[in-house]
Amino acid sequence: MNAQLQPTGSAYFIAKETEKPENHTLSVLVDNEPGVLARVIGLFSGRGYNIESLTVSETEHEQKLSRITIVTTGTPHVLEQIKHQLERIVPVHRVVDLTVRAQELGQERPLERELALIKVAGTGTERVEALRLADAFHAHVVDANTEHFIFQITGKGSKIDQFISIMRPLGLVEICRTGVAAMNRGQQGM
Amino acid sequence: MSNGQNERREMTGAEMVVQALKDNGVKHIFGYPGGAVLPIYDELFQQDDVEHILVRHEQGAGHAAEGYARSTGKAGVMLVTSGPGATNAVTPLQDALMDSIPLVCLTGQVPTSLIGSDGFQECDTVGITRPCTKHNWLVKDVNDLARTIHEAFHVATTGRPGPVVVDIPKDVQFAKGIYVSPQTAPRTSYKPKLQGDLDKIKAAVELMAGAKKPILYTGGGIINSGPEASHLLRELVDLTGFPITSTLMGLGSYPASGKNWLGMLGMHGTYEANMAMHDCDVMVCIGARFDDRITGRLNAFSPNSRKIHIDVDPSSINKNVRVDIGILGDCGRVLEDMVRLWRATAKADKKALYPWWEQIARWRARDSLAYKPNPDVIMPQYAIERLYELTKNMDTYITTEVGQHQMWAAQHFHFDKPNRWMTSGGLGTMGYGLPAALGVQIAHRDALVIDIAGDASVQMTIQEMSAAVQYQAPIKIFILNNQYMGMVRQWQQLLHGNRLSHSYTEAMPDFVKLAEAYGGHGIRCDKPDELDDAIKEMISVNKPVIFDCRVATLANCFPMIPSGKAHNEMLLPDEATDEAVANAIDAKGRELV
Repeated sequence: MNAQLQPTGSAYFIAKETEKPENHTLSVLVDNEPGVLARVIGLFSGRGYNIESLTVSETEHEQKLSRITIVTTGTPHVLEQIKHQLERIVPVHRVVDLTVRAQELGQERPLERELALIKVAGTGTERVEALRLADAFHAHVVDANTEHFIFQITGKGSKIDQFISIMRPLGLVEICRTGVAAMNRGQQGM
Repeated sequence: MSNGQNERREMTGAEMVVQALKDNGVKHIFGYPGGAVLPIYDELFQQDDVEHILVRHEQGAGHAAEGYARSTGKAGVMLVTSGPGATNAVTPLQDALMDSIPLVCLTGQVPTSLIGSDGFQECDTVGITRPCTKHNWLVKDVNDLARTIHEAFHVATTGRPGPVVVDIPKDVQFAKGIYVSPQTAPRTSYKPKLQGDLDKIKAAVELMAGAKKPILYTGGGIINSGPEASHLLRELVDLTGFPITSTLMGLGSYPASGKNWLGMLGMHGTYEANMAMHDCDVMVCIGARFDDRITGRLNAFSPNSRKIHIDVDPSSINKNVRVDIGILGDCGRVLEDMVRLWRATAKADKKALYPWWEQIARWRARDSLAYKPNPDVIMPQYAIERLYELTKNMDTYITTEVGQHQMWAAQHFHFDKPNRWMTSGGLGTMGYGLPAALGVQIAHRDALVIDIAGDASVQMTIQEMSAAVQYQAPIKIFILNNQYMGMVRQWQQLLHGNRLSHSYTEAMPDFVKLAEAYGGHGIRCDKPDELDDAIKEMISVNKPVIFDCRVATLANCFPMIPSGKAHNEMLLPDEATDEAVANAIDAKGRELV
């Protein structure tokens, strides 16, 4: 029942959603001031939007600007609302739907990359197999002793998913992922 | 406003607050003192430029500031302490957010060193008020204080107006720093877009010029834009000859006495307004937001029209209803371009609209606001009609609470000017009207300010009578007393098999004695033939009055669009038999509000 609620619609009439949800990546340029992330996240939870991945860091230290990358799902109508609602937040400077921009540029998706640290513990053949597969995935060993490795892997989310599923039977201990960092291909900035 | 010596001057945080209020043109603030704002209260005590109105509850301060803002077009200002002071401000903040009212709320906070320690009267004010403000700030450095307050006024009053909170820890109020004036304070990135896209306005004018069955659907955005926008709207109506309807929040922007006026639209709007919305071919929405009380069933909303939407808030466009032309900009600026372009390009062929006006006349003839007069009992509609007739030639401002009386007031009291009608539309806050009336009266000392109230709503903030008496604000509380939470009861009749669960107030105060206990004047009337004299008495008394108007207890508010129904499925008063009422809403509609 709740899942059918249009996030921005009213309780007065619940329209059946006919559009299909899509997965989009947004770039949001904000003033790096206290509470700005809470405003962005609060908007998503308060209006019932989804967050699949969220990455944030200060990118322009002198101007104190942070860039937030959000991967979200919604119908085209909801995605348009998300963009406008984000633009209403006072410390938000710019919102770009990178997926829409990529499509305008004739590309399927924007450039999206993730970094993950993956700890694998084991001995014997499993250990050798883990190291061999890591090499195939271009993962680097950033920490190791005789009983464990920590691999650092970068790439598309799907590649990291695949690497993790392969490592699982080989003694996977823990995973940490940064979330998606993204920008559009080509010489134009956001 | 600011003199040279204040451009950059050292002062304490508390001094800065008062100086910043003066520099932003503030004459009155509404507030309640407490530990965390004592330094600011000490500064207020030592000056005469800013008058402080002491309320009896922080919610009252907020609604009073809203009434002040709505009736003057300036920002309303409230000052409250930390903890409970701030949490009590939440309701008016959300109310102002939903109705786009410029409200600046200054809150005290525990000293910065104690923040996060669960100190006495500590709460996470910016956290709590984040979703119910347009923006908020916690000021930790006294050198940021003046700039932040100026920015707060700027954000509250520009673009789509709204509430803001500035949270000021007590040590910041004591600390000394450099004051900057509004003119020299650095601005942030916040810049709302006010000028509409001319190509889109041209396209809109073209679409309007070709319309056979047009309608203008206007809202509170016109009033927020200022008196010039209302003036331009009247000009546009005269030029085009289009019929015009308005939301609850927009009443008064076009005069109710104007010949193109169809009355309010929406759930309790007139038959002609709703039918015209449903059957129109071009709809021009100006400063309204397709709220669910307006649209009825969304997938049956005005199915055959092309829609133009003018709004200063981009997220309002295409939110609930998809439109063909969305024009982002301030209503006043866009109307200016629209009127100019219409004059230059469109030829006014008003004859083409004759069939449409004939159709509207047929709908009008249904007389959807009619009610059965009663010689023995005061009908609530009659009470509003008499109140209107006896006050219409005076300088009158009306506020309301929330419920049946609010809808009857919107239907039967007619507004010819903007800023004369203060009501809680979006949030529907019972208890809004009495403190709002206080705020209006403070801004307009010689005006007649009437709170059209219900017996249930008024008791939520009745303590502000005491503030009204203290400040000699002769507000008139006109209670339509039916002993019920009338709108709750009406919904129970519609939806819940007439089981009136807790909507009857068995113990009602004696409102006349209550008025006298507060130091005001009390009037009671229960006979239709005595009503006029009683209202005249109310008007003539120069102090706060509570008027206990005993009305028919079981009257309901019609016409009505039942939940889940479309504009052309209205329940009209002459059709609203008990059976029709009981079956008006099907199982699906019952889930809705």
